Amino acid sequence: MASTAARPHLWLLRASLRAQVAYRLSFALLTVTAALATFMDFLVIGAIFTHLPRLAGWSLPEIGLLYGIAGVAFGITDICVGALDAFPQIIRDGGFDVLLVRPVGTLYQVLAREFAMRRFGKVAQAGAILAYSIAHLHVTWSAPKVAMLASTLVTGPLIFGSVWVMAMTHVFWTVDTGEVANAFTYGGSFLTSYPINVFAGWLRDLLAFVIPMAFVAYYPVLLVLGRPDPVGLPSFTPLLTPAVAAGVVVLAAAVWRTGVRHYRGTGS
Amino acid sequence: MDAITFTVQPGEMVGYIGPNGAGKSTTVKMLTGILYPSSGTVRVAGQDPARERVALARRIGVVFGQRRQLWWDLPLRDSFDILRHVYRVPLPRFQRNLATFVDLLDLGPFLGTPVRQLSLGQVMRGELTAALLHDPEVVFLDEPTIGLDVESKGRALDFLAALNRERGTTVLMTTHDLADLERLCPRMLIIDQGRLIFDGPVAQIRECDAERTLVVDLEAPQPPLAVAGVEEVRAVGRRQWLRFRRNRVSAAALIAQVAAVAPIVDLAVEGTPIEEIVRRIYREGMDGLRSAAG
Repeated sequence: MASTAARPHLWLLRASLRAQVAYRLSFALLTVTAALATFMDFLVIGAIFTHLPRLAGWSLPEIGLLYGIAGVAFGITDICVGALDAFPQIIRDGGFDVLLVRPVGTLYQVLAREFAMRRFGKVAQAGAILAYSIAHLHVTWSAPKVAMLASTLVTGPLIFGSVWVMAMTHVFWTVDTGEVANAFTYGGSFLTSYPINVFAGWLRDLLAFVIPMAFVAYYPVLLVLGRPDPVGLPSFTPLLTPAVAAGVVVLAAAVWRTGVRHYRGTGS
Repeated sequence: MDAITFTVQPGEMVGYIGPNGAGKSTTVKMLTGILYPSSGTVRVAGQDPARERVALARRIGVVFGQRRQLWWDLPLRDSFDILRHVYRVPLPRFQRNLATFVDLLDLGPFLGTPVRQLSLGQVMRGELTAALLHDPEVVFLDEPTIGLDVESKGRALDFLAALNRERGTTVLMTTHDLADLERLCPRMLIIDQGRLIFDGPVAQIRECDAERTLVVDLEAPQPPLAVAGVEEVRAVGRRQWLRFRRNRVSAAALIAQVAAVAPIVDLAVEGTPIEEIVRRIYREGMDGLRSAAG
C-alpha cells in the first residue's frame, strides 16, 4: 500500500528530472560549472585552514568534521529543497493555483519541480573534507558515535530544509522575491560550519535555542568528540537531535499550511 | 464578493459572466479550493473545497485560460502519463479516455511534441485533456477560450458539450465571449461588483430585450422610409435598418407597411447581440433592462 501511496510523488519527481535532462547541453554545463565553483571553494577553505591551526580551541580535523557534516547537510538540502528558489516566481505568475487543484501536497509539488542533481558537487566536496577529517581525528569510535554521525545525514537536511521552508513561507503574504530567505539558507550554511562558541553570545543562543541550526552539526559533533557544551546545556543534548529535527519538520509543515490558507492568488 | 448564492445541479452547464474585476475568477478559486472564503459556505460535490482540497481535487477538473498545468519541456504525451499517476487513473480507463480525447480534439499529430513548441490552440486542447483524464464529476473552466482561433475554440466547445451529454459532467465556465455561452450553456449567472445580478436561462435575457431591427433590401435606393411605430431608420444604398420595439409594434405590421411603399427583395429581423444586452445589464442593472422592455 505504501508504495502505491508514494507513486504520484515519484512520478512528479521523475517529471522534474526528465525536464532537466531535456536541455542536455545546459544540464552538462551547469554540472561542470557547479563542480568548478566547488573546487574553488575547497581551495579557499584550504587556505584558511593553513593559517588557522586552531579555532576556539578546536583542532583542524575537528573543525573539518564540523564543516564536513554541515556541508554535506547543506548539499543534500540544496538538492532536495533547492527548488524553493523558484517558489516566489510560482506565487507571482499564479502557477501555485495549478498546484492547488492537484491531489498532492503543495509543498511536495514545489520541491519536486526541481530535484537538482547538478548540485551534487557541494555534497562531494564536503564529503571529501568529512572523510579527511575522520581519518585524522583522535577519537575512540563507538556504536553511539557512529550512529550519531550517520544520523546527521538525515537530521541535518531535515533541520536545514525546515528552516528554509519556513523562511520562504513569508512570500505567501508579501509576494516578494524571497531574498530575505537567503539570510537563512546561505547564512545558515556559514553559521553551522563553525563551533558556535566563536560567535557572540546572543548569536550563539539564537543558533542553539531559537533557530535550531546548532543541531545540524555542532551538537552531534560535540558527542562524537566527547566535548562538553560551552553554552552549558546538559550532556544528553546531542541525543535530542532527532527530536529537534522532527519538531522543526512539524513546525515547518504547520507554517506552510498557514501560508497556503493565507494565499490570495495573483492576477485574474 | 458579497452574498453570492447559487446551486448547480449535477449535469448542468452553467456560464458565469461579469465585467472585469467582478469576482468571476475569485468565485472559481473558492470553488476549487484555491482560496479560503473569509465567510460563507462553499460545497462542491458535497465537499468543502478549501478544507478537503486533496480529496476534492480527484473529483474535479480545472482549466485556466491563463495558467499552464502541462510540463513545458516534456512531450505532451508525457504530461498525460504523469497526471495518470498523480490522479491514480487505472491504465485501461486512462487509455480509453486518452483515445477518446485524442480523437475528439485531434491531438494525434502533436502528442510527441514538447509542449513549449505547440501553438496556443494546441496547448489549450492539451490542457483540456489534462484536466479531464481522471473523469472529473465537475469541471471548472476559467476563460478557457481566451486567445484561441476559431477552429480550436469550436473543437473545445464541441468537446465539452459531448462530455456533458455522454458522461453527465457538470460544467461551470467563465468567459468574456458570450457567443461561447449561447452555444454551450443553457443557464447563465451574471455577477457585477461581487453581487449576483442574474441567474437564469440565456433565453430569458433575450426576452428581457424588446429591441429589434428590421433589415430590408429594397429594389432601388430610397430615402429613409417613414413608417409608424419605428424609432429610428438608417439607409445605405438599397438597404435600410428600421429599429423598433416588438412590444409596441409587430414585425409583420412593419413589413406590410414597408411593402406598401417600396417593393422588398429580401428581409431579416435581428435581435440585439447578446454582448450588447449584457453590456446594458452591467450599465443599468437587470431592473433597467426590464423597465426598458416593459
